[in-house]
Amino acid sequence: MPEAMPSTEAYLMLSGTLFAIGLVGVIIRRNMITVLMAVELMMNAVNINLVAFSHRFASLEGQIFTIFIITVAAGEAAVGLAIIIQLYRLKSTINVDEARSMNG
Amino acid sequence: MSPELLVFAVIGTIAVAASILVISMRNPVHSALFLLLTFLCVAVLFVMKGAEFVGAVQVLVYAGGIMVLFLFVVMLINVRHLPDEKVLSNFWKGGFVVGLAVFLLFVTLVRPGVYHDPAPSDKALRSTYTYRHRKVKNADGTVTRKLIRRGKVVGNSEAVAMALYTDYLVPFEVASLFLLVAMIGAIVIGKRELSANEEENIPAYMLERSETEHEIKEAMSA
Repeated sequence: MPEAMPSTEAYLMLSGTLFAIGLVGVIIRRNMITVLMAVELMMNAVNINLVAFSHRFASLEGQIFTIFIITVAAGEAAVGLAIIIQLYRLKSTINVDEARSMNG
Repeated sequence: MSPELLVFAVIGTIAVAASILVISMRNPVHSALFLLLTFLCVAVLFVMKGAEFVGAVQVLVYAGGIMVLFLFVVMLINVRHLPDEKVLSNFWKGGFVVGLAVFLLFVTLVRPGVYHDPAPSDKALRSTYTYRHRKVKNADGTVTRKLIRRGKVVGNSEAVAMALYTDYLVPFEVASLFLLVAMIGAIVIGKRELSANEEENIPAYMLERSETEHEIKEAMSA
């Protein structure tokens, strides 16, 4: 039954939508925690793409790569949240627009 | 409409709606909870594409680990006491334009039928291979041993594990090293440095505690 599974294109569309939403979130939000969440959303969109192609081309490489991306996302979240805590201690704010002391 | 397509439509709609709510909620706790919903929907999508192990890892690491980290930080920072500023940054119009452009780019790139596969099979995602020696009789009568590679259908987890521990062993070890470095970096960055004033005046409760410890040690040794 070729029509039984949702097609790869449907997965790519969904992943593109999630990526665009994450990108909008990174740009428009000022709260640093929400910006980090939007980055995680974009990583998830990429993972959906990789898994869909792994299924389409019947190859495990996509899934292996997804596991490595999840690892990197975990490390990134840990370091990013530590930076947010330090920023809050220094400036009593988590507004990304306020963190510009290195901006010339 | 087949049940798979129905599940995909429902889960995909929930995922998109929840991700829109993630970036539009004012309170970060609500954002984090909607992000959790998105992660769970994505895990369901993984399982539907024959990636059961990745779906499980998604639930464990993202929904279990990263979300707890986010909620911890949200509660450490105590967002309610932050000044009520405007949510949108100064260039929110540009952000929407860029997002829409990227979305349209994806939609035009992914035309229906480009990746059409008449008979998708996830057998390759569940199979691995084993090596074994087999004695082969040559034409001149001598017997030699030959290495035979043989495919075997197991399960997705076993297939991923075999690939990770054989073909991708070096990236796997590098990833573990990366996690160690990230952990040390997070601890060093997040550590609060004591000011000179604080180091001179050790808080009273710490002195009290050390006295209590001393008493306990004396009582134990006596």
